[in-house]
Amino acid sequence: MPPGEMANGLAPGARPDALLSVEGVSVRFGGVIALDDVSFRVARGQICGLIGPNGAGKTTLFNCISRLYQPSAGDIRYEGRPLSKVRVHEIAELGVARTFQNLALFSTMTVRENVAVGAHACARGGFLANAFSSPQARRAEREIAAVADALIEECRLQHVADRYVGELPFGVKKRVELARALAISPKLLLLDEPAAGLNHEEVDALASEIVRMRDRRGLSVLLVEHHMNLVMRISDQVVALDFGRVIADGTPSAVRAHPDVIRAYLGSAA
Amino acid sequence: MASRLAWGLAVVFAASAPFWMSGYHLYQGAQVLIYAIALLGLNLLTGYNGQLSLGHGAFFAIGGYGASILIVKLGLPYYVAIPLASAVCFVAGFLFGFPALRFGGLYLALATFALAVATPQLLAFKRLDFLTGGSEGLHVPKPGPLLGLPLSVDQSVYWLCLAVAIALFAIAANLLRGRVGRALVAIRDHPIAAESMGVDAALYKTICFGISAFYAGVAGGLDAIAVGFVSPESFGLALSLAFLVGIVIGGLASLGGVIFGALFIEFVPNYADQLTVYFGENAKALPGAVYGVMMIAMMAVAPMGIAGLFRSLAQRLRKA
Repeated sequence: MPPGEMANGLAPGARPDALLSVEGVSVRFGGVIALDDVSFRVARGQICGLIGPNGAGKTTLFNCISRLYQPSAGDIRYEGRPLSKVRVHEIAELGVARTFQNLALFSTMTVRENVAVGAHACARGGFLANAFSSPQARRAEREIAAVADALIEECRLQHVADRYVGELPFGVKKRVELARALAISPKLLLLDEPAAGLNHEEVDALASEIVRMRDRRGLSVLLVEHHMNLVMRISDQVVALDFGRVIADGTPSAVRAHPDVIRAYLGSAA
Repeated sequence: MASRLAWGLAVVFAASAPFWMSGYHLYQGAQVLIYAIALLGLNLLTGYNGQLSLGHGAFFAIGGYGASILIVKLGLPYYVAIPLASAVCFVAGFLFGFPALRFGGLYLALATFALAVATPQLLAFKRLDFLTGGSEGLHVPKPGPLLGLPLSVDQSVYWLCLAVAIALFAIAANLLRGRVGRALVAIRDHPIAAESMGVDAALYKTICFGISAFYAGVAGGLDAIAVGFVSPESFGLALSLAFLVGIVIGGLASLGGVIFGALFIEFVPNYADQLTVYFGENAKALPGAVYGVMMIAMMAVAPMGIAGLFRSLAQRLRKA
């Protein structure tokens, strides 16, 4: 495939089943251009790796999708719907979940409570219902507890379920964050450097876990990761960013072989 | 289980107080309950939701004056006047919650501090004399016997305060146990993550401010009928600061802690005052100094508040 075609991403309508489509998104912080006319699509049920050197704009893009940043130009569509009017807390209800690069857990809460917060959007029952412990609120609480218990088991957190998150080791915290994100019952899962700080075996376990999650739940995964081996192994599609621009978009092998990617990211050794 | 037992014992102890306490001591007991309600409200806001308020005396004042005006000027019974005044507090707190969204941490502390400074001035404002009685304040008739039972005024007031306190503690405990409570704490721990998990932080923070002000308002209304008098001086900055002292000494984000906090702010300044007797006329500044030393000592012994001290003691016992 000639490099030019990949750099432009796919033509509109090429994949009608795209869950997420990023269309010409630009973000400026003062004079700095963090993202420059970025376009790509993530299909349903696919794992899309997002790679690029430090400062390429990967986390900025994540923050645009999860509505923490407002793009200065362009549009992000999710299930065909533009996200520009969606408020931050509404994104979970739509089925978009994320983890954070530097862990963003609720450190004074237990593991179980952290995961239960993830199920917040799936339940109803406001202040009045909760204050008087109405049947509706109690039913919601039982449903949340069931969701949390299932995920605690799935993510192998039973032995720490009632421990405070603040006192747990890093690798366990990462699993808690993953469980919390899954409690949203997402259709799109944004993972920001899930392999950072993990050892070799843990990365292997993570890789099969991400694939298994996708297979079991049919969700799409957008994966920001520096661990090239992991990205290339499990991604169906890889998008490479450099200085806020998409320099390659295609299959892992195509992106790995792309001259711009080699120059910008992998270095001459690769 | 152990905490249920402790709560049960505390309720039995508190409910039986009028049988073996009387007069001024019972009045002090009612004050402790009233402070506990106000501290509970402030702890919901500051301890659980992480919004710092130095101005809860203002909401206490709105509750106290609101109830007094409704009782004195409109002739409403206290059991109508106090809920109405507290509802006004809820609205006031909810509305104050909106600018509070824009301020974080110390800036919110300053904004609420301004509220605490301004409120006594407004209450003493001449044009409002016809309502508030100006700097003279208002005399509020004491309530009649509770439920028509043969009780003294002190007993009636005390049991009324206890019943209201139990109801409001139960409501707070329900709120904090479930989805709402987790959302409030999540916002305190990591607001961005909380929003990304679907928590409408703006809504939860403003409603939490409203509820917190409501609790302060109920306490203020009960205080007005317990004391039988409201005046601008009783709702000064010192009261707002005492509330903050109460939740920190008692233990932030702890329901049981507010009881200890209320005991502390009711009795410790009193005992500090009594010390003056032994040192004569020259020791006018002594109570303040003693109160200060007591506070520092408490923080040294129990940096997580009295509730935190009990928690770590219980943990140590379990391990032993």
